[in-house]
Amino acid sequence: MDLSMLLLSDGYFLAIKIVLILGIILQVVPLMVWIERRGSALMQNRLGPNRLGPLGIIQSLADVVKFIFKEDSIPGHVNRFYYLAAPMVAVIPAFMTFAVVPFAGPIVFDGKELVFQIADLDVGILYILAIASLGVYGIILAGWASNSKYALFGSLRSTAQMISYELALASSVAGILLVYSTVNLGEIADLSGYTFNLFGLEIPRWGIFLQPLGFLIFLTSVFAETNRLPFDLPEGESEIVAGYHLEYGSMKFALFFMAEYFNMTTASALLATLYFGGWQLLPGMNLIIENIGMSGSAQEWLRVGFQFASFWIKVAGFMWLFVWVRWTLPRFRYDQLMDVGWKVMLPLALFNFVATAAVIAIWR
Amino acid sequence: MKIKNHFGIFQRFYFIEIFKGLMITIRHMLFTKTVTIQYPEERRQYSERYRGMHYIKSVNGVENCTACMLCPTVCPAECIHIEAGERADKEKYPIRFEVDVLRCCFCGMCEEACPKDAIKLSNIYEMAQFKRTVYDKNYLLEQRGGK
Repeated sequence: MDLSMLLLSDGYFLAIKIVLILGIILQVVPLMVWIERRGSALMQNRLGPNRLGPLGIIQSLADVVKFIFKEDSIPGHVNRFYYLAAPMVAVIPAFMTFAVVPFAGPIVFDGKELVFQIADLDVGILYILAIASLGVYGIILAGWASNSKYALFGSLRSTAQMISYELALASSVAGILLVYSTVNLGEIADLSGYTFNLFGLEIPRWGIFLQPLGFLIFLTSVFAETNRLPFDLPEGESEIVAGYHLEYGSMKFALFFMAEYFNMTTASALLATLYFGGWQLLPGMNLIIENIGMSGSAQEWLRVGFQFASFWIKVAGFMWLFVWVRWTLPRFRYDQLMDVGWKVMLPLALFNFVATAAVIAIWR
Repeated sequence: MKIKNHFGIFQRFYFIEIFKGLMITIRHMLFTKTVTIQYPEERRQYSERYRGMHYIKSVNGVENCTACMLCPTVCPAECIHIEAGERADKEKYPIRFEVDVLRCCFCGMCEEACPKDAIKLSNIYEMAQFKRTVYDKNYLLEQRGGK
């Protein structure tokens, strides 16, 4: 059997996809830490880490080495079992959520359709919502098991925050589900390839053009969901020291840290897929593919490559937005967060849902 | 006490204000010069009057100090210890002259009190040591970082 045939047979192709995605999201962590540190430094007129490697890019590697070689001490006052379980509970859902995100368009190879999505689940978004909510258990468990006031406060805040934001998050997604009438992320990305006509303008059917209000609500809720500023109350350095991961050191702390960045990646990927057309080519890329002078199978693979690139460019844009917002906005006060969650976001999300449903019902 | 802020409709719709804030940070990131001084390669320029490491001024290899004891008297931290003696070419000179830098508060009063312009504070500010340090006379007599 030909090697490329073997590599593209079902089992091998799945393994390749898993390794590729795992590799990418694992690499995202050190890269994002570096971007975060350099970006924040430049925003504050500092330089940031710039000694190790070109522009200090190897700094995160040194951080990793430090985390691994640090003494792995467990405080005497904790509940050992849950204390050790918490980082795992936090990091595993973070790994799992990316499975249903499509990262390139399907391609027909040897009469078989190859889908660039680890698990082509029909429940798509529902799977992500379900698994992403599990992530909060890691935080709650860490807070309770640590047997420390600050950590407990951190997890308490996390719980309250999750309750006030998941509702708005899910309701804003409901609008998208109405528009595309599917929960399968692959189909949503596929459907955003079409265009619609608005006052003579050809506009791609991306979520942001169909659901602008839903996008703003989703974006805000996702910031709360990933515990990033301005909603990083569970961590709240200036108020409760480090919140839920106060009693954690070395690699166990690093796992919480990684979970935050994985969640960020997944959230960005979800934002890109639902509202920015996922792997649909960025404007202009179509012209490049057509004029580069390839044809047939080669051109198809080139298209997949460009789709892969445009997906990650969109994701990178949202990742940068996370960093950018973090170093711009101060933390919300606890009651303000509740206010915004229950009194503003939830009604707006419900309004968006009802209005979308009404518009669709009238147009059909 | 101001309890409630009254915002207009556009300010209450956060996103516009947040966008303005984002523009401020990106402006600082892209167009403002960083203020960092990259220390070992680049050094801050301190003024000529900076009070750093002590030294004893000497002229033609003879220390200016006459062991008059004005500096240990004026020193608020009591970190200067002098033992006076006599030798052939000089009626009174310090046999021992020690500055306990760990106690020194770098106020510069010794420099002010000295009638012979002998004890001075230089521009040197890198004084970290691996041991507890007392500067003795030989060390202080090296003319480093003079003004």
